[in-house]
This record gives sequence, C-alpha cells and structure tokens, in this order.
Amino acid sequence: MASVEVMSDTATRVPLVDYLVLDDGDPYLVAHECTSCGARFFDRRNACASCFSTEFQIVKIPREGVLTTFTIVAFAAPGVEVPFVAGVIDCGGTSVRGNLRNVPADDDHVRTGMNVRLTTYSLGTDDDGVEAIGFGFEPA
Amino acid sequence: MINDDDIWILGINMTKFGKRPDLDTVDLAAEATMAALADGGVTMADMDVLAAGNLMGRGGIGQQLQKQVGQTGIPVFNVSNACATGATALRTAIMAIKAGEADMGLAVGVEKLAGAGLLGGGGEAKSDGHHWEPNGRYGAVATTDGRIGTDTMPGVFAQVGMEYGHKYGGADFDLFARISEKNHAHSTLNPLAAYSKRFTLDEIKDDIMIAYPNTRPMCSANCDGAAAAVVISGEKLKSLSIEQQRRAVKIKASVLTSDPWQEACQVLPDVNTLTKNAAATAYEAAGVGPEDLDLVELHDCFATAELVHYDNLGLCGEGNAVDFFESGAPWRDGALPVNVSGGLQSKGHPISATGIANIWEVCHHLRDEAGDRQIQGATMGLAHVIGLGSACGVHILEKSAA
Ligand SMILES: [Zn+2]
Repeated sequence: MASVEVMSDTATRVPLVDYLVLDDGDPYLVAHECTSCGARFFDRRNACASCFSTEFQIVKIPREGVLTTFTIVAFAAPGVEVPFVAGVIDCGGTSVRGNLRNVPADDDHVRTGMNVRLTTYSLGTDDDGVEAIGFGFEPA
Repeated sequence: MINDDDIWILGINMTKFGKRPDLDTVDLAAEATMAALADGGVTMADMDVLAAGNLMGRGGIGQQLQKQVGQTGIPVFNVSNACATGATALRTAIMAIKAGEADMGLAVGVEKLAGAGLLGGGGEAKSDGHHWEPNGRYGAVATTDGRIGTDTMPGVFAQVGMEYGHKYGGADFDLFARISEKNHAHSTLNPLAAYSKRFTLDEIKDDIMIAYPNTRPMCSANCDGAAAAVVISGEKLKSLSIEQQRRAVKIKASVLTSDPWQEACQVLPDVNTLTKNAAATAYEAAGVGPEDLDLVELHDCFATAELVHYDNLGLCGEGNAVDFFESGAPWRDGALPVNVSGGLQSKGHPISATGIANIWEVCHHLRDEAGDRQIQGATMGLAHVIGLGSACGVHILEKSAA
C-alpha cells in the first residue's frame, strides 16, 4: 500500500534535483558516500575524488545545520530573482549549498553560526500537472 | 651570479588595461608581445617555444598571434586555465626550458572583456516549465543558479571571505571595504590601470551592492588587456649583454597547483588549500620565506578574496589576516606592500592577461623602473593568481645581482 502511495506521489511531484528526496515523511537530502573513505558527493562520481574508490552508498543528510558562510546576491543572471541569500550549511559534518528562505535578506537577520533547517517550496506545475519542489533552509 | 640551470625573465610587458575598442584580441596580444621582445632585446627568431592563453576568443590564439608577429614554425601551446591562464602560459614556457627543449620562450595572455558584465551564473537552460525534465549530473529540472546558492563570481568569493570571518572573526563589511579602499588608493600611481580613482570608504560602502559584502568597487574590473613575457635559461643569458643581464629578473620559483579534494569543495570552491600548497612549494623551492618579500601582487578578484590570501600565502600567521590588514602592513608604505598596482579591483582583470601582468608589476619594482609607485630597494617579490575550477600559480622573483 505504501509503495503505491509513493509511486502516485512521484507522478505528481518531482524534486528540483535528484538528491532531494520527497517521500511520505519530511523531505530530506541524500548523498553518494564513498564506502572506502566516507567522502560524500551530491552528484554521481565515476570514482571517488578523494580516494579513487568506485563503491558508493546512498546516505541521508541531517535536516538541521549551522550556516557557515553566506552572501546576499543583489545582482544575478537574467531570470534570477534578487536579492536572495546563498550560503553553505554544515549539516552534521556534510557541507550543503542552499538558499536561506523565510528570513529577510539582510545582514541584520542573517548571521554565520545561525541554526537552520531544511524547508521546501513549489517551483510551479507543468502541463502534465507535475509540481517541481525546490529546497532551502530557514531559521530553526 | 647566473647559474646555467636558473630561469630568468628577459623581457616583459603589459598593455594599458581598460577599454581598447580600437584593438582586437590579436592586436592587444601583438602589442604586448612586440613590446616584451623589444624589452628583452630579442626577436621572434630567438624564440624556441610559444605558450599563449585567451578564454573569450575563438581558440588558437598562439597561432593567430604568430600570423601578426612572426611565423617561425616553433611549437605553440594554447593554454586555458581560468584566471590562472597567463601564469599557466608562463609556467609552460618555463617547463620547456627546464626540459632542455628551449633556450628562450615566449608566454602571452590576452583578453577582450570590457563591458562583459557579470561573470558566472545563469547556467544552461533547463526545462521550459511546460515539462519538468531532469538534466545533468544532479538531475535538475530547472536552473539551480539562484535557487541552490549562487554561481556568480562576486557571490562565490563573498562566501570565501565570509567563511574566513566565521572561522576566525573580525572580518565584516567595513573591513572588506577598507581592503578595497587601499587598492583603489594604490591605483592612483599606476598609469596602466583601467581605473585610477581614489574612493573614500563611504563611497565604496555606499556604491551598488553586487553580492554582500562586495559592492561594485570591491569587484575586479572587466577590461581589455594583454601581457607577455620572454623567459630564458641562465646558460643562454650569460651569452647576452651586461645590460640584458642587469635587467633580467630571476625566477626563484614557478609553481602551479590544482585544488585537492576537501569536504566542502563540491558546494563552495576551495581557493585556500591549493594556494597554501603553491605558496609552501614556492617558498621551499626558492629557499626563502614570506619575511624575505618586499612586495606581493595577489589575486584580489574581490575584496573578500584578498583577505584570505594574506593567510594562504603565509604573509601572516594562520587566522591572523584581519590583524595583518589592521597593522597597515599591506599598504604601500607598510611592512609588506600588497597590490601596489591597484590590484584587480582597479588595475583591471582581463582574465588571461592577469597572471603575467602581476609578474610584470613585480619585475617593474625589482628593476627599479616603477617610477612614482616604486617600492624602494625591492629585491624580492611574489605574484599569485587563482582561477576557479581551480588552478593557482605562484611565482617568486628576484632582482638581478649583475
Ligand atoms: Zn573515497
């Protein structure tokens, strides 16, 4: 029964990137982890960039983390909405790249060291009725 | 003292940086090349190898250049290594001499970039929104730039500086703006700089924000420009005139590195480790330390980048870059002047030319030919460039004793 629900769900929702997992529970990120040295990669790798091994396993990334750096982009390529906060979040030892959401884009509200958690949002629905889901991080 | 195995810069030149609508890419390369050859008192007939770089053109800049300055049939290496392209061309010519396949070589970097606007960002077009279609290694159904962080250069390097501040403290908007204030002040003495206007701190902070904490004057200036260098073996230099030997500049170290794997490098390019590695290798090869340097030209593509490279190049202790700046050391009258040319923020950053232009600046001082901006008594200097991807070039240069 559960698997049917997952299948029907994936038919109507698609993640912005394949390392964002949308199943029954809270959305989460996954990485390809090298089984030999533990290095993690959000994209597939032909071999591990750290130790050259070719064995990987999928691991779940914690949903909470700490903002270790950021910028507030005010000037971007055409079609990109500004301003937005781009940053790096340390999620339990794995560095994740993402935008901050649900917080004003100014240096009074965004500070390195702040605690954040994963959040998702809709990018819109295509002609087949499939909704694309993006992710970001919000103050925890 | 000239050792046979040492390698020297015999002639070097950079063009005026800025808007050069009258000249095309090959014109600019030819201008720098002919001036570098004349500076060294040699001709294309003396060159055994040519290495050349240009990122924005149609490819094959080396052969295009030969058509304008002399086709002698020598091997040409067209190199491409992001913002380290010029340094890579120089390193290639040096390696050819080191390998014993050339006595003299020519390295050239050129770019037409005036009015290029924002670099990085955008990315390839993904789904049109009618059908979400996964693309690429992340299976992305839409452009990720602006949705999952930023690909823009000002944004990437802003994070590099802010990360340093998070780790060690003391780096804020005001500090980064003051780094930019220094470089713009230095530029007023450089007639070849694209921009040589002094800005007040308030003017810098109140200018258009590009990617916090980098405002427009804190970003490198896109412009046109070229630089070229003639390199020569010590053995060959001995056969030239005393005047050529006196003006030659010794290459104490020439190092090129790429970025080794680091935990976070997949989400934010690591510009630190490869610079630290290059600096350590260069100091070791030269048998000198940062305390022996009289000036440094480092890759201040953004004000936020300059800060981290004080630390990466060992100009200060680990984590002490803010204190180093606050001490006044990197100002032209300080203990270790950094970017007395005005740096990329004011001199300009015609990408492929930058790696040789930084070396030209250092050579200019070591030859005691820098005029109003001369660092008095300079005998040793370091030039650094970094290109995202990543590639880093570090050269340590020493005044001739002849
Ligand atoms: Zn591994």
